[in-house]
Amino acid sequence: MKERVDVDVAIVGGGIAGCCAALRMRRSGLSVCLLEKGAVGSQASGVNFGGVRQQGRDFAELPLSRRSRELWGRLPELVGSDCEFVASGHIKLARSDADVEALDRYAAGAADHGLALELIGRARLRRDYPWLGEHVVGASLAPTDGHANPRLVAPAFGRAARAAGADVREFTRVEEVVRDGDRFRVRAGAIEVASTFLVNAAGAWGGAIAAAFGEPVPIATIAPNMLVTEPLPPLLTRSIGVCGGDIYLRQVPRGNVVFGGGHAWVDLDQERARPLTEISTCAMAEALRIVPALASALVIRSWTGIEGQMPDHLPVIGFSRTTPNLVHAFGFSGHGFQLGPAIGMILDELVREGASESPLDAFDIGRFHNSAQPPHAAGPHNGG
Amino acid sequence: MTDPTTVVVGAGPAGIRAAEALVRHGLRVVVLDESARAGGQIYRQPPDAFERAYAKRYGFEARKARALHDAAARVLPLADYRPSTLVWNVWQRALDVTRDGRIERVPFDALVLATGATDRLMPIPGWTRAGVYSLGGAQIALKYQDCAIGRRIALLGTGPLLYLVAFQYRKAGANVVAVLDTAPAAAKRRALPQLAASPRTLAKGIFYRAWLASRRVTIEEGVVPLDIAGGERVDAVRYRRDGVERRIDCDAVALGFGLRSETQLADLAGCVFEFDAQDAQWLPRRDADGETSVPGVYVAGDGAGIGGADAAELWGERVGLAIAQRHGRAGADARIAAIDRRLARLARFRAALDRAFAIPALPPGDDTVVCRCESVRAGAARAAIRDFGVVDVNRLKALTRVGMGRCQGRMCGLAAAALVAAESGRDVAAAGRLRAQPPIKPLVMMPSLAPVPARGPSAPQGAAERSTP
Repeated sequence: MKERVDVDVAIVGGGIAGCCAALRMRRSGLSVCLLEKGAVGSQASGVNFGGVRQQGRDFAELPLSRRSRELWGRLPELVGSDCEFVASGHIKLARSDADVEALDRYAAGAADHGLALELIGRARLRRDYPWLGEHVVGASLAPTDGHANPRLVAPAFGRAARAAGADVREFTRVEEVVRDGDRFRVRAGAIEVASTFLVNAAGAWGGAIAAAFGEPVPIATIAPNMLVTEPLPPLLTRSIGVCGGDIYLRQVPRGNVVFGGGHAWVDLDQERARPLTEISTCAMAEALRIVPALASALVIRSWTGIEGQMPDHLPVIGFSRTTPNLVHAFGFSGHGFQLGPAIGMILDELVREGASESPLDAFDIGRFHNSAQPPHAAGPHNGG
Repeated sequence: MTDPTTVVVGAGPAGIRAAEALVRHGLRVVVLDESARAGGQIYRQPPDAFERAYAKRYGFEARKARALHDAAARVLPLADYRPSTLVWNVWQRALDVTRDGRIERVPFDALVLATGATDRLMPIPGWTRAGVYSLGGAQIALKYQDCAIGRRIALLGTGPLLYLVAFQYRKAGANVVAVLDTAPAAAKRRALPQLAASPRTLAKGIFYRAWLASRRVTIEEGVVPLDIAGGERVDAVRYRRDGVERRIDCDAVALGFGLRSETQLADLAGCVFEFDAQDAQWLPRRDADGETSVPGVYVAGDGAGIGGADAAELWGERVGLAIAQRHGRAGADARIAAIDRRLARLARFRAALDRAFAIPALPPGDDTVVCRCESVRAGAARAAIRDFGVVDVNRLKALTRVGMGRCQGRMCGLAAAALVAAESGRDVAAAGRLRAQPPIKPLVMMPSLAPVPARGPSAPQGAAERSTP
């Protein structure tokens, strides 16, 4: 006999987006059941670099990213833990004159979105960051960016959501989702959830759910190729990225330097991913060029996980074009971690009010279909 | 058709005998070993410049050590032998190795993992103090470099190795102040009838004990360790026996509770694991030929399950013969049958040893460090288990960093799983095992590691900008 659960909102996927949404919706008084096939935060949300970064994002994402940044500063109050968030600042490095020009252009555009970036010339770079490699010729500093421990964030939101009364089901794989009258029916292991709203926060698996409702999207599967050194004396005062995106590094408070670059091996059907040695060695070599003082450091571990990527590298966020009350938030394309807390608020707004205060047009699922239909906007939720 | 290449990882008793069987049947063999000289841990050879008689170095095992070293000297020149080579990953029928500061890829058709064992350690208060060594480590210091770990040495834990190391240390002139065995004397008496099935081995054990006693080395059985006391360094072991607290002053402690198999490479190779109640750990599943669930990947010796050096030699040969048969070399049936009979006898002896030297349950206090690489205390681990409803040791690792450090849980993984089991009310098998992640041992960041393109790994066209997390 299946256990039956009846809720306002069923959330598929216990990544950071799903967990943040569960917490936020509970705070709004909605009843929520979150279904996660593994443990919360096991895939992209838990294995990513941990960058809490606004700079470098597509301008369409900046309003969401700025909104999220405010929430990152309030983690202890929201979830009872800072999740090792450090507002270290983030420097994006230029390794050529063309890179310098690109940073200049980006900073001008970002200013229009209220994100102030400091451009750093070669002389100041040598003075303030003497540990950077000689081939770095310039940088852009986002003073309010930083980093956090991704392994802690989704579990912390999941725990807070559960404490707030959300029904968070781990190790519960969704087998079927159907629209049944004006309700959704979600079959997952030993339980069947009936809900008014369905939130698709299933990451790399989000495409399958969209397809089940007649709106397939061209989602690809990617996996970050991550490495970490043993603890080292404090050196990297900022989180580091580069123009081109082929290497990124940060030093955690414990001293380990976490870095990554390129993509690992992944097979979505088998749900398996593995770091690739050729990618790892390239990342080690480039990390050494960026921070020569890492020479002789020991790399103690590598890892990866599974993430969905859209062709335009923008997530799908917003109402379905085919199905009323179906809300998507997936395909974050390797940079959803920082957005997570804001996505939780946005999903809550969409469910309750049918619209968000954040601009979401760029993330509409309709961009992959030649549909003139407007997205289904639900009416305000009337409780129950 | 060219002959297949078998890669043997480890040049200890199992690896050498596997290579010997393969070479004898004319098969191509690559032997990769982390050490500079063959022999493994038990028959570890000293650095080239050291001279010490076999009898002194290996005691009663001198004949076996000599035989294995002789076999290595015969066989390895006929194989592609690569000493000082660290194997740190298995991926798509090839191994990633580091040798001379460079990464190489070594492909295989068949793979023999003869990766041996390390001490089973348990977090007891003070076990991370300077002056505390693993029992196996203490033995290697003596065997490899003629060094003792201290001036007044206590041995603490359980298992036959406890008495052997005490004997070897005392024989070498070191001051062994006490042998503190958690297994009670009664358990050993009960196991005697089965142990007598291997009279020679039993006799050696009895001899070590009697010899130590005659040199007035304190031997205590059925002890409950309380702590390894001291400041920065060890200055005493405190324990309880028969309800009475006692203290032994010392400046070094060798600690070990039997052995645990080194299985990370089998894990990275994708082998299916099963929980082995006797070894109290997850082990790669293997068939009668030593083949795992991954075709062509074999395990042999203590890395496949603890059996000791004699069983390791037999398993190594057994696996070598099985691979030779698989590739059309006939004529080994009688030998295989004989090996299987001897292995069965050794397995019975092994089971009796386990009854004599049971692994104690020593739940660490909340203040005790469980994971020494990441300095995670039992209390923090327990809090995370309760707080997040943890039922799997990998989850505990993600939340607390237990087993995330440079040893990758090789020292603390079993203790961490025991904590998850105890705290979540499940048995230890259900708590799972820490998944291996490459590199299984650290890699040094050096520009010379591997040839790389001028600007690092290439992201997909156009993806680079936004895929930076």
